[in-house]
Amino acid sequence: MIGVGKTFPGVKALEAVDFVVEAGEVHALLGENGAGKSTLLRILSGAQPPDVGEILLDGRKVTIPSPQAAQRLGIATIYQEFTLIPDLSIAENIYLGREPGARGLVNWKRMAEDASEVCRRVGLSRDPHTKTRVLSVAEQQLVEIARALSISARLIIMDEPTAALSSIEVERLLEIIHRLRSEGISVILVTHRLEEAKTVCDRFTVLRDGTDVGCGSIVGTPIGDIVKLMVGREVDDTRLGRMEPSRGAVAIEVCALSRARHASDVSSIELTDVSFHALRGEVLGIAGLVGSGRTEVARAIFGADPFDSGSVRIGGKTIRLRSPRDAIRAGIGLVPEDRKNQALFLALSIRENLSISAQHRLVKWGQVIDRGAEVRMVEDFRRRLNIRMANREQAVGNLSGGNQQKVVLARWMALKPDVLIVDEPTRGIDIGAKAEVHAILRQMAEAGMAVVVISSELPEVMRVSDRIITMREGRITGELQSADATPQKLMTLMMLREAA
Amino acid sequence: MTNLTETRGKPQISSAAAITFVARYAPFLFLAILMIAFGVLEPRFLTAFNLLNVLRQVSIYGLLALGMTFVILTSGIDLSIGSIIALAGLVAATVAKGGLDERFVIGAGGYGWFAAALMAVAIGLAAGALQGLAIIKMKVPPFIVTLGGMSAFRGAALLFSDGGPVSGFDASYVWWGQGKIWFLPVPVLIFAVFAVLCHLVLRYTRYGRQVYAVGGNAEAARLAGIDVRRVLLSVYVITGFFAGLSAFVLSARLNSAEAVAGTGYELTVIASVVIGGTSLFGGIGTIAGTVVGTVLIGVLLNGLVLLSVSAYIQQILVGLIIVLAVAFDTYAKAKR
Repeated sequence: MIGVGKTFPGVKALEAVDFVVEAGEVHALLGENGAGKSTLLRILSGAQPPDVGEILLDGRKVTIPSPQAAQRLGIATIYQEFTLIPDLSIAENIYLGREPGARGLVNWKRMAEDASEVCRRVGLSRDPHTKTRVLSVAEQQLVEIARALSISARLIIMDEPTAALSSIEVERLLEIIHRLRSEGISVILVTHRLEEAKTVCDRFTVLRDGTDVGCGSIVGTPIGDIVKLMVGREVDDTRLGRMEPSRGAVAIEVCALSRARHASDVSSIELTDVSFHALRGEVLGIAGLVGSGRTEVARAIFGADPFDSGSVRIGGKTIRLRSPRDAIRAGIGLVPEDRKNQALFLALSIRENLSISAQHRLVKWGQVIDRGAEVRMVEDFRRRLNIRMANREQAVGNLSGGNQQKVVLARWMALKPDVLIVDEPTRGIDIGAKAEVHAILRQMAEAGMAVVVISSELPEVMRVSDRIITMREGRITGELQSADATPQKLMTLMMLREAA
Repeated sequence: MTNLTETRGKPQISSAAAITFVARYAPFLFLAILMIAFGVLEPRFLTAFNLLNVLRQVSIYGLLALGMTFVILTSGIDLSIGSIIALAGLVAATVAKGGLDERFVIGAGGYGWFAAALMAVAIGLAAGALQGLAIIKMKVPPFIVTLGGMSAFRGAALLFSDGGPVSGFDASYVWWGQGKIWFLPVPVLIFAVFAVLCHLVLRYTRYGRQVYAVGGNAEAARLAGIDVRRVLLSVYVITGFFAGLSAFVLSARLNSAEAVAGTGYELTVIASVVIGGTSLFGGIGTIAGTVVGTVLIGVLLNGLVLLSVSAYIQQILVGLIIVLAVAFDTYAKAKR
């Protein structure tokens, strides 16, 4: 029923892409970052007009000049960053701009009823009057999907819907996608996680460098072949950690870190008695579902959020942690999970972004930045980390996700902290760059740093770590040598409180 | 196929580059066009005498705009500068005269221009620090704090002087506003020196880098180890400093200080900074842009006066230009 055929001009973003989604199918749109997926989605959702080419819906030629037009055509898009208004209720968000009622008055009762109906269809069992601010990320996503259903969407586009979800939540989402398909709704799924695509999708299209390089049935195509299409090269999937227990001096010791739930914020996470240590020269993985407290622990250790009791020791000495500055001075670094909002200055150049934390090492005459030394440092990291850029004065916002992450990593490497915490090192990064980032993390450990890697992707944790601890509901639930770890073992520790 | 793409791609890329170029140099281009237009329409405009006059007129606004650039770079705003000028100017004048009782005694003793200037700057620094502390400690938005300051400092100025002016200084005081070195007016030289200084600070020092970082992304700046609160406090101290300095220069130029001095200056100054390409959202902007923005407004007003355009219409035009400058900035950003 739905046949979207398109040809685009070859500016840089997209070039003569043909892309067909059939009625009632789940279609995986795959490709490395910068392959053109986002541009394609923006065109389909009416956010950006194509320069050349046409879009056919049910065999009829259509134009999608605006997001409103896309809605009218039954195309709904769920972006990575949600568009919910936090202080409005679930029902208000679902029907925003389309409130049921007459003569300018809102029929609140009907709106609530209709909202509960669509929420049921996506398996969200919340009172529709609940403000979306208090919902978890997964629940907010369900509200977005409910909104798509409420406009009777026939095509729902999801941009990396599982990036911020824990494994259980991912499963639930995939189930809902199955259900949507059985209702005859087509879904375009953009994802970096091929296992997911494999379980839920019917067919796939791979984009590379702005053109479509292959499509087909996903069941009939081995993952290796798809990866090869995406990157144009083989990716190895071995474990990088050491097989024997690591032996190094203790770099950081976290003792009985606790924090009560914040009174004003119900979604904040309680931490109870979190104790662990990391050695110089090892990569310690922290595995946990979303909401397990893994990011909260990282932020507390880094002085970004306060905690109630417990202590953090560096080289045996308890450090004072009132701000990230204290942590940095003590030798701790943090690569935060949200690159764009927490790490980068998008309008500043690559050079300025890279050197921002190490400025004090680059000064002459007290306060003046030594441009020569700065440039040498940037060029040095550009070579060592293979940061692909046109030139160092380019705005960092124009780099791909992988290269942006390398800039953030370089920022900390320049400072040579004793402990570097890396939260979601490869979120939103394509496969090729992922392997490079993993290699960089290993390199830093080999150079004597204690590297703490937090990730929601089990394969990633197992790949880079020497040792893995698991968290659940703000507590440490277990510890494994990476060599002994299997996804099943880790999953059990992450999901059961009294695990062995 | 690839060749085809390249040839089709090229005009696209260069038009984007053109927009970036225009966006970057828009204030410079606009200033050039304006000067040529006025030069053609009114021969008196492009004379050295008139152009120096324009510079002299804008130098007070210019000094204030330098400070305002720091504040706006951190996505803040300072509405209180006009009122600080009134207060600092009155205090400086009183020091120069040796007390409020001597305020109409022309050329009376007092403590001299240096003590007066020092006092004006001290008042400016204190007022800025007070507001900066309110912003970082009480977490009140800059707009509100400085709106309060705008009212409170004006009130303080009126209270201090009982509403009356303090005027008639000795020649060494007045020189700072009306004097010349060779053919260059002293206020213009002061403006030039501080413009260069601010440019160097913003572009080449750690502190300057931190100002851009805090304005571009305060949370990222905090997590990168920058003391965000100290940077925020400092920019209000800087606007306070320039308000104090301007107060001294203004009182010297007018040979008088009064409680209504500086009224409405904040709008002209914010307009200069924004027209000069500094983003109200923070993180983007340069001192060069601010200098051009300041001169641009001066040239516009001067040209309109020479063309005998009504003062009322001048105000309307300035308003329109501010809105258009921001609209263009937003448009260029979307294209980039």
